[in-house]
Amino acid sequence: MSMNSVGRPTRPEAAAHKGSVSLTGGRGLLQDEPLLFELDGWRKTGVDLPAVDFDASDLGDLVRAEPTGLPGLSEPEAVRHYVRLSQKNHAIDLALYPLGSCTMKHNPRLNEKMARLAGFADLHPLQPATTTQGALELMDRLAHWLKTLTGMPAVALSPKAGAHGELCGLLAIKAAHEAAGHGDRRRVLVPSSAHGTNPATAAFVGYSVQEIAQTADGRVDLADLGAKLGSDVAAIMVTNPNTCGLFERDIIEIARLTHEAGAYFYCDGANFNAIVGRVRPGDLGVDAMHINLHKTFSTPHGGGGPGAGPVVLSAALAPFAPAPWVTHGQGGLTLTEEAVGEAAQAFGRLCAFHGQMGMYVRAYTYMRSHGADGLRQVAEDAVLNANYIKARLSEVMTPAFPDGPCMHEALFDDAWLEGTGVTTLDFAKAMIDEGFHPMTMYFPLVVHGAMLIEPTETESKRELDRFCAALLALAQAAKAGEAERFKAAPVLAPLRRLDETLAARKPRLRWRPDDTAVAPAPWAAE
Amino acid sequence: MRYLPLTPEDRAEMLAVIGAPDVDALFRDVPQAARSKDLFELPLHAGELEVERELAGLAARNRPAGAGPFFCGAGAYRHHVPASVDHIIQRSEFLTSYTPYQPEIAQGTLQVLFEFQTQIAALTGLEVANASMYDGSTACAEAVMMAQRVTRREKAVLSGGLHPHYAATTQTIAHAEGMEIVRLAAAVDAEAAVIDAIDGETACVVVQTPNVFGVATDVSKIAEAAHAAGALLIVVTTEAVSYGLLKSPGVMGADIAVAEGQSIGNALNFGGPYVGLFAAREKLVRQMPGRLCGETVDAQGRRGFVLTLSTREQHIRREKATSNICTNSGLCALAFTIHLSLLGDAGLRQLAEINHARARELNAALQTVPGVEILTPRYFNELAIRVPGSATAVVEAALADGVVAGVPFARLDPAAGMEDVLLLAATETTTSDDIAALTRTLLGNLGR
Repeated sequence: MSMNSVGRPTRPEAAAHKGSVSLTGGRGLLQDEPLLFELDGWRKTGVDLPAVDFDASDLGDLVRAEPTGLPGLSEPEAVRHYVRLSQKNHAIDLALYPLGSCTMKHNPRLNEKMARLAGFADLHPLQPATTTQGALELMDRLAHWLKTLTGMPAVALSPKAGAHGELCGLLAIKAAHEAAGHGDRRRVLVPSSAHGTNPATAAFVGYSVQEIAQTADGRVDLADLGAKLGSDVAAIMVTNPNTCGLFERDIIEIARLTHEAGAYFYCDGANFNAIVGRVRPGDLGVDAMHINLHKTFSTPHGGGGPGAGPVVLSAALAPFAPAPWVTHGQGGLTLTEEAVGEAAQAFGRLCAFHGQMGMYVRAYTYMRSHGADGLRQVAEDAVLNANYIKARLSEVMTPAFPDGPCMHEALFDDAWLEGTGVTTLDFAKAMIDEGFHPMTMYFPLVVHGAMLIEPTETESKRELDRFCAALLALAQAAKAGEAERFKAAPVLAPLRRLDETLAARKPRLRWRPDDTAVAPAPWAAE
Repeated sequence: MRYLPLTPEDRAEMLAVIGAPDVDALFRDVPQAARSKDLFELPLHAGELEVERELAGLAARNRPAGAGPFFCGAGAYRHHVPASVDHIIQRSEFLTSYTPYQPEIAQGTLQVLFEFQTQIAALTGLEVANASMYDGSTACAEAVMMAQRVTRREKAVLSGGLHPHYAATTQTIAHAEGMEIVRLAAAVDAEAAVIDAIDGETACVVVQTPNVFGVATDVSKIAEAAHAAGALLIVVTTEAVSYGLLKSPGVMGADIAVAEGQSIGNALNFGGPYVGLFAAREKLVRQMPGRLCGETVDAQGRRGFVLTLSTREQHIRREKATSNICTNSGLCALAFTIHLSLLGDAGLRQLAEINHARARELNAALQTVPGVEILTPRYFNELAIRVPGSATAVVEAALADGVVAGVPFARLDPAAGMEDVLLLAATETTTSDDIAALTRTLLGNLGR
């Protein structure tokens, strides 16, 4: 029998009481939740451990004298604390999450289940290879899929995120130039629309960064590229499809010019999800490209990582790939972990152990589920959904590049907001009140007041229509002079707009005992 | 396909709204030469059951750490993680949200990061911590480059007790950025040689405790020497549970502490994903890499949290950023914070004491094996031993008896000439029976 599904009738006098303000300051099911350090857990623990006969005499004065000052919670308190906090987050499981360039698609739960199999999760990176043949086999199969899908002969699996992959690609390029006696190439060319990680990575590796101009239709300016290429250019870094959501039509010519100048073509593969299964970057002349497994292959974003950024490499760069990699030996699979012998040209090591195995399992599970046919459909539906949104919203909003189709994301500028008193930021914050996460704002930098919308292929037409209806309603409101609605937004989120200037001016980066009058903590004196 | 909601009718309707004849028309900007008409040579889509069968088959060909006596450590440790941790991190709102760039609808993630930063500061005995790094090794490399920014010097001295993978990672990344990396020879008591390597050009000294051989050291003297030369001390820890028992890096004079946080809340995962911990003295905060979460107020004066000081980061500063790092290890940091909030001060201390007690038991048992020499004088939960002949051969022989006996040091650093050194760790998951099984196999194999 179901529990009280009708609910107790509300007493009229209670419903009328003080409008919507509760007696305790509570807001219905949305619980305010103090910090962990304000829950009075100074003498508690939520873990039952066996008593041991403890003797630290061998450690002498190495033993910590001061307590850590950390509170503990019983399991029910801890579960409630973190579940309450979770409810203050928006998530792809709640609604379309249109963050352009971030690819917020559904995360299949089978991937989570597979990653938690003891044969993968409870495996130590340094146990003998004979006891990890299945794990090495999975890495090998993942590598095969990535190479086949990109048409590239080699892949370095270990980079832990997209930016780490960029570092991997540029270090391989640098090593290749040095091996060829061209260590004097110092410049890297990057389009003005690039992700910030591109110039940051190039500078990090010691290159000077020069911008390539963009044409009026949002692509790399070939003439400008030709003029800037020269014998001191080490590489170009081009995102394709680019951050305006457009395919670089002249990509093969870009690669040709780059190679002619003796430089390498690094492709930022953040947007590979738009072409997976349909177009192989190897056919475009790419020398190195990272693949964000958390974008194209749907490993969860987890509130900011962990990611994974394997890098596919051309034959010219393959010998310089970092250790480790899986090797087929006589007694089965092994790992080549050191840059010696046949691996002597490897540029080094990018992290301890072998990279993000947990992400490899998820990504491989996703690939196997979709197969060659499903992945092709992924790209097609992602592009179809974006073009549908572009077509529907162009009714009121101004697309940055109206001519021709977009790829997996639709880019709008803020021309249509002119004179309304509403900015891109205001508009985005008002989306929160309508139940959607804002789109990517003010990126790419080349478009004024940019609004970059990426729906992904895992949205139904119904959800797309709901999203378009919400944005069109907001757009009408903006045009109708309701600027106040936008300036105040969001009003229905757990918090109103936050003072980011205050946070940066007086950084408070941790709780301190004197911050709260709740509990006198035995905190270590500073 | 179960993950794709559009029906053929939906697609036709949408194409009509777009005004395109077919989907191919949307790909018209792709050069003809690169348009593949055929599917690539890979298997076609598969149902859950089929995929699960293949993956379970692969998993079954591995020997999980929990399947029997197991003594591997060397930077990754098998600990028990409470069931509630993995349950909470699979909440949709944590698992399937993005980086908290829209703070009004990401207070859950942000408050967790603020709690995480507070916990890391407390464990390391330093004032500020960031919202996590990829892992301990990359955090180490980032710390070295941060020291370069702070001191404007180019040389980093790495102790021979630093995990060889950390040293190699730092060498690769920091060297690429133009630094000179001085890597001292691997030795069980490597810390003794560090002070002599410091000079007026040194930006930082990197010392690990407990070191890769398990040796726990008071690094206060090294801190004094580094500071006297105008250099920073970076203290690395690969076993975060040791913070519960051993003196904190901050108390010993560290300017930056980095660690691998896997031990708390996170599974072994064959090496990743893990979570890098990064803490420093407050005056260095503007040179820190990675994301930082800070407290502020909303438009109605209510407390809230945001990502802050982002003018250090690549998406604002581009080529002038302190680091190219973009992501952190959010979900692993969440697991860390939940596990640590269950432990609390008392639980962490007790967990650390149990780890130490198990290692003492292991130490006592190994002393009964003729031919085994224990090299680690003061340890937390890990020992280095010298065996007759090759440590790799010892591990292989033990495997035949169902025991994973540890990590041969030569696997981490083949050039060090330490083929006879074996690293063994014991944690709260190690039982007396496990230790007895190890002792039996060593007695049997070394006696022959």
